[in-house]
Amino acid sequence: MSKHMTRKATRNVSQNEGLIFEKSSPGKAAWKLPPLDVPEVDTAKLLGKSERKNLGEMPEVSEIEIIRHFTRLSTWNYAIDLGMYPLGSCTMKYNPRVNEVVSRLDGIANGHPYQPEKISQGALRIIKTLSECLTEITGMDAITLQPAAGAHGELTGLLMVRAHHDSKGKQRKKVLIPDSAHGTNPATAAMVGYAIENLKSNSSGIVDTGVLEAQMTEEVAALMLTNPNTLGVFEQEIHKIADILHAKGGLLYMDGANMNALVGKVRPGDFGVDLMHLNLHKTFSTPHGGGGPGSGPVAIKKFLEPFLPKPVLISKSDGTLGFEYDRPQSIGRVRSFYGNFGMFVRALAYILANGPDGLRQTTEDAVLNANYIRKGLEGTFELPYKSPSMHEVVFSDKLQAKKGVRTMDIAKRLIDYGFHPYTTAFPLIVPGAMMIEPTESESKEEMDLFIEAMQSIAKEVEEDAEMVRSAPHSTRVSRLDETAAARNPVLRWKPQTESAKPKSEI
Amino acid sequence: MRYLPKSPADREAMLKSMGARSIDDLFKSIPAEYRLNRDLKVPRQMAESEIVDWFRERSRENGDGHATFLGAGAYHHYRPVIIDSLIARGEFLTAYTPYQAEISQGTLQSIFEFQTMICELTGMEVANASMYDGSTAAAEAVMMAVRLTGRRSVAVARSVHPEYREVLATYAFHQSMPLATLPFGESGRLDLDAVEKAITSDTACVLIQSPNFFGCIEDVEALAEIAHGKGAMLVVSIAEAISLGIVEPPRSADIIAMEAQSFGVPLTFGGPYCGVIATREAFVRQMPGRLVGQTVDRNGKRGFVLTLATREQHIRREKATSNICTNQALIALMANIFMTIYGKVGLKELAKQNLAKTAYAAQQFGKHASVLFDGAPRFNEFVVRTTEHPHAINSRLLGHKIVGGFPLQKFYPELGNASLWCCTELTTRSMIDTAVGVVAESERSDSVAGDEANMEEVAK
Repeated sequence: MSKHMTRKATRNVSQNEGLIFEKSSPGKAAWKLPPLDVPEVDTAKLLGKSERKNLGEMPEVSEIEIIRHFTRLSTWNYAIDLGMYPLGSCTMKYNPRVNEVVSRLDGIANGHPYQPEKISQGALRIIKTLSECLTEITGMDAITLQPAAGAHGELTGLLMVRAHHDSKGKQRKKVLIPDSAHGTNPATAAMVGYAIENLKSNSSGIVDTGVLEAQMTEEVAALMLTNPNTLGVFEQEIHKIADILHAKGGLLYMDGANMNALVGKVRPGDFGVDLMHLNLHKTFSTPHGGGGPGSGPVAIKKFLEPFLPKPVLISKSDGTLGFEYDRPQSIGRVRSFYGNFGMFVRALAYILANGPDGLRQTTEDAVLNANYIRKGLEGTFELPYKSPSMHEVVFSDKLQAKKGVRTMDIAKRLIDYGFHPYTTAFPLIVPGAMMIEPTESESKEEMDLFIEAMQSIAKEVEEDAEMVRSAPHSTRVSRLDETAAARNPVLRWKPQTESAKPKSEI
Repeated sequence: MRYLPKSPADREAMLKSMGARSIDDLFKSIPAEYRLNRDLKVPRQMAESEIVDWFRERSRENGDGHATFLGAGAYHHYRPVIIDSLIARGEFLTAYTPYQAEISQGTLQSIFEFQTMICELTGMEVANASMYDGSTAAAEAVMMAVRLTGRRSVAVARSVHPEYREVLATYAFHQSMPLATLPFGESGRLDLDAVEKAITSDTACVLIQSPNFFGCIEDVEALAEIAHGKGAMLVVSIAEAISLGIVEPPRSADIIAMEAQSFGVPLTFGGPYCGVIATREAFVRQMPGRLVGQTVDRNGKRGFVLTLATREQHIRREKATSNICTNQALIALMANIFMTIYGKVGLKELAKQNLAKTAYAAQQFGKHASVLFDGAPRFNEFVVRTTEHPHAINSRLLGHKIVGGFPLQKFYPELGNASLWCCTELTTRSMIDTAVGVVAESERSDSVAGDEANMEEVAK
């Protein structure tokens, strides 16, 4: 093992833990209800044949077992709180703890979505303040916070694009999507009933305006563009792109997944974007929580305002805030109630903690970090596109592939060095992509360790390729058989006979 | 800025190492004319104590300290304290989607347990790792039925949560999915004859909710029989998950679209909540959302991975079953811990308390006003019709720091002065008696029609 291995991480004891069902036995309990203050009821009489008799294999365990169970499971996870999490396009930044505290204040955590507006002014004020901050940050005119995640924001945005074209009396058939786009873009366009037309990027990895001009017709409803794109490159000809679209009545939709490169430095509304979504769980520090919840607000230019999902927050004549439901041109609702409100609270707390100066410094640090890593690893790994990097940098495994080591192998080996892998095999335009986004949350020391780890792995590829290919070597489980999992899906636990259990039941 | 781990000297050294003179060098690719050369107009940087104060103020303006009779798709249940102590662990809170299985076994195993418990409770064979909420889960379940049957139209019960129906209408609009509406009968349950008539050879599925929006438990088996008899699927939405502790699950459904908010998820003014889709094994390849499966590592050791990803957008792009990527993982973990705490016996006892409080409340309200749909079995909600406008009653109740039932006029004008009341284990007898007292007071006096404009204003 390399001498660099122990600089960031050291192996230590990890507790084994079975499935909760394997700890269950009748009579154990982690709950206690207060005495009933109303008469008991005869459930059979009340419910008749709808009465449920049996809760099957639901567990029966005590409180300490639950605490240990989930605490042990938690120790098997990597997390931002443990170290750098350089997943490209995921913006794994620090999740401030004050955000968690304020979202649990009584009036916020217990606020019912249907409580009278008179006693909801606090929540409405939070929605209004966040909306104002986000429209200012994006340079747009209005916003909806209803979408529950980035992909849901895309759906909302494209529904508004459709509503816009409908209002012009002519429906359009397709959406242009660059070959470097996130997978959610084409999936979303399909859900809204659009055909997808691929837009090939040029040799610098950005939109080829000549190609765009050729493909742009009055059949095209919109271009979905990520900026900076998934190579971490700013679309320098962005205004020309907007002009080409607008000249033929198309709209420019921006996927804001990479907004962490722009906040406080440049505003999409100023460079020709008509509508865009943000990911509060990326740029605005709300926790990823192992895959969600997210929140995907959609910011728009004024002319799209009639189409916003309803309800829309308004200020009333008496100075209070309320919701307006009477929106005849609205696309309708995309989610129950008002969206992932708890994420609004956290995102706003993040903005307040930063202020204008903090937001700008954050962006600058995010871009500085990505460029520092680029500098540190250039030469060691192939850099397929030389265009200037913003908040992330994309290398490829071309040099290592000669030894039969692919991006996924290098990523898995990083785990042994105490890091979470970068994003592998994406964007699709880079074969063997290694997409690295450090975010602003990494210190110089942490990044030096990362660069050192990557360089050390590159050496290992030369010396012992097989060792890298079989990584990770220090985790609880080695590489898992994904093919078997998909071929014979076991998607839930079932009580088993002893002989049917897997060899090692831990 | 206290979240940024760099000294000015660090920044300078880093810039120097890459041959940059200033940070502006790194932003050169942004054309100068678009660069923002001023401060963003957002509030100034605040200290942590100021942030906490600002939100405390908002919390006080937001019904802090009120008891509530509101349900209607968002339920106030007790949340055992260990839920928050466990989900606050950074390894759960600050982890990404578990694509790298070797260092995500904690999240993966917990989702596997979640899927298992949802299957046990719903009587289905497979459940996914979560959807955004109950409304989008219902819409996606319907789209799944459309793909599975190859039919296009959908019959939707009017007793499905009105906002769920609105979301479905938004999703369906551009998919050429005609939606027909199924009426509820005198009992508050679906009119079976009307259902029978509404299903055509192009009906992909019937979407119902049980307990429905009025709290009534539908005759799921009869509905399944009717739907299946005509080659359509039955999709059942469950908005109040606690009902599964005492109400027989819709085992004859083809797809269940659930909202698991009642399982330990705070109300938080409407979200984040936790949708889930559960179905039969045969339909799993048309299911949207993430799935965790069990497998083994190279040494034969049990482990868990995200599986059947060829259904999903990052692999299949425009051919995916849905565009969903980020879901509600941490909220599903809350629900998972809640289900584990109450388990096989506790969930039943908890549901029974909900049933008892509701039975008592409905009986008490029934003495002074009319409780609609009294014939159907119900779980923890019931509809009360009063002479007086519900807004006026609610406005007086607010004086007791109690939020009254949900006025139904907006969604069901034909029900008149009706509102939907919900009782959970947190509803006390004294709350119920106070509310009943206020209703009784108004129903006794005939001169209540009063100043409509004024009460509208107070109650809104």
